[in-house]
Amino acid sequence: MATATQNKEALLEQYRMMVLIRVFEERAAQLYTQAHIGGYCHLNIGEEATVVGALTTLQSNDYVFTAYREHGHALALGSDPGAVMAELCGKATGLSKGRGGSMHLFDLEHRLYGGYGIVGGHLPLAIGAALAAQYREEDAIVMCLFGEGATNIGMFHESLNMAKVYRLPVLFFCVNNQYAMGSAPEEDSAVPEMWMKACAYNMPAERIDGMDVFKVREATQRAVDQVRSTGEPFFLEAVTYRFRGHSMADAGRYRTQDEVREWQQRDPIQIFARKLEEEGVLDTGLRREIDSSVEEEVERATQFALESPAPDVADLYKYVYTEESE
Amino acid sequence: MATKTYREALNEALREEMYRDPNVFIIGQDVGKFEGAYRVTQGLLAEFGPKRVKDAPISEMAIAGAGIGAAMAGLRPVVEFMTINFTLVAIDQIVNNAAKIRYMFGGQVSVPMVIRTPGGGGQQLTAQHSQNLENWYANTPGLKVVAPVTPADAKGLLKAAIRDPDPVFFLENLALYNTRGEVPDEEYEISIGTADIKREGTDISLIAHSRMVNVALQAAQRLQDEEGVSAEVVDIRSLRPLDTETIVNSVKKTNHAVTVEEGWTTFGVGGEMAALLADQAFDYLDAPVKRVGGEEVPMPYSKPLERAVIPSVDKVVSAAMEVLA
Repeated sequence: MATATQNKEALLEQYRMMVLIRVFEERAAQLYTQAHIGGYCHLNIGEEATVVGALTTLQSNDYVFTAYREHGHALALGSDPGAVMAELCGKATGLSKGRGGSMHLFDLEHRLYGGYGIVGGHLPLAIGAALAAQYREEDAIVMCLFGEGATNIGMFHESLNMAKVYRLPVLFFCVNNQYAMGSAPEEDSAVPEMWMKACAYNMPAERIDGMDVFKVREATQRAVDQVRSTGEPFFLEAVTYRFRGHSMADAGRYRTQDEVREWQQRDPIQIFARKLEEEGVLDTGLRREIDSSVEEEVERATQFALESPAPDVADLYKYVYTEESE
Repeated sequence: MATKTYREALNEALREEMYRDPNVFIIGQDVGKFEGAYRVTQGLLAEFGPKRVKDAPISEMAIAGAGIGAAMAGLRPVVEFMTINFTLVAIDQIVNNAAKIRYMFGGQVSVPMVIRTPGGGGQQLTAQHSQNLENWYANTPGLKVVAPVTPADAKGLLKAAIRDPDPVFFLENLALYNTRGEVPDEEYEISIGTADIKREGTDISLIAHSRMVNVALQAAQRLQDEEGVSAEVVDIRSLRPLDTETIVNSVKKTNHAVTVEEGWTTFGVGGEMAALLADQAFDYLDAPVKRVGGEEVPMPYSKPLERAVIPSVDKVVSAAMEVLA
């Protein structure tokens, strides 16, 4: 039984976190249309199982590097939802003090080493953090998450090669949501499945169902354990689907509504809830209770964000360089 | 004080900093077994081992990024690029990550990394291997850019760069590695952000950085010998942050200025100097500032053509005489 290895509290917490990400992102979409959030805004809706399944396998000294679709990753690592929403709204109380916005969340305390806006640009950074862990003989590993589109950029290939050459503890976690903006893998990748690219670097690799949090978590835990015990890199590809556009500005002309509806039948939250109900961990009453407490939490986060002050323009130059006093 | 080459001074700085701080390590192509394409890391692999002197695959993006990531995690990487030309392969890492990580994450993490690399032409290495692109990096907030000309400055600035909490782009020059100069025996560092008067004078300021400081010094000597002109040579030394005070004060004294840079003139360092002087020394200038820079062509191979591209003592002297006319 899938639940046998985990206790009830942990499972319910995973369910709660997936719902939190969903509700948070829906609220972020609203705030975007109301112009409280500017710039780009990429949502994790549909991909919650990859976020929660992957990040709940880590220990507190591990490092996480990810791309610009990372609100959920911050939440799953334990960042305060109010500080995440405040960052999206460009407030002084935001995770990155209003300097980063949606794409550049960072939370040192919770080991989120950043959301990055250049596709594939953070993979080399993950190599560096892993080098530091190896250098200091820490038992930490680095989890580096990226979309399938990133597997076509040179930095991906340099990073996989270097990780293997230096034998670094990096788990490359490819979130294949099947569209690099509007391009499907069959249109822009020489191989249809991304894990195959890791084979060129003599790296163990696996492809998993990214809509089932049990499967994501189980495979990721195995991979994490292997990376930690061997100190060598591993590659996971989780196949998922983003229910919304690439960003908030996306007319969705590259895919059919039928296709979207078909994938929505495989909603990761519904799949997880059904399993938990089947195994007696969750029932309708408890589910309603969790869902409404999440609604309240997101509402509190939203109010905090909206009521927070904007950064002081007098501090515009703060953080460009390290101050003597810091 | 002992006389040392620029290369030896850099090597000493690396060795001393590696002894001082166990978090300092070197990463780059052929920095270990090959001992550096220009021998700057000679002997360091034998002395410190492969953990601290890391040979890297030909992967400039991954090398730069690995340096940045390691710096974020608390190490003090010294990244060597064989030449400045190859930094273009990694410019996304340098400009989009190294320069911005501290700011865009609200000051939660710094990037204490040094990028060492030589620029310059004159060795018939042709268009793709003879460039001066330090002004590109000096344009970017978040980076610091230094360009020492003497062995003593090279050692003192490299030590300061390694100890600096932010990313420092450290420009060397192919034609400087074998040049010699006195290097203090005692422990010292030179503050980033300080220019230096390399020769005092009263009639005109020749403002330069890196190898062109030596060309300016030769021009100053000839101006003295042949024209009776007393030229002051201002070594910018640090492009970002810029020591505006030293530069402006020199021109307030001499009332004339010529800038000299090895790179292309347009949108270059000389333009920045001219703007600075127009802004802060306009009333002191007796003539427009004149810029001397590399001719605006991709560097040709043929020796006479190459020689025609790089600023010469002749060009600097005639620019100075035009300004003084």
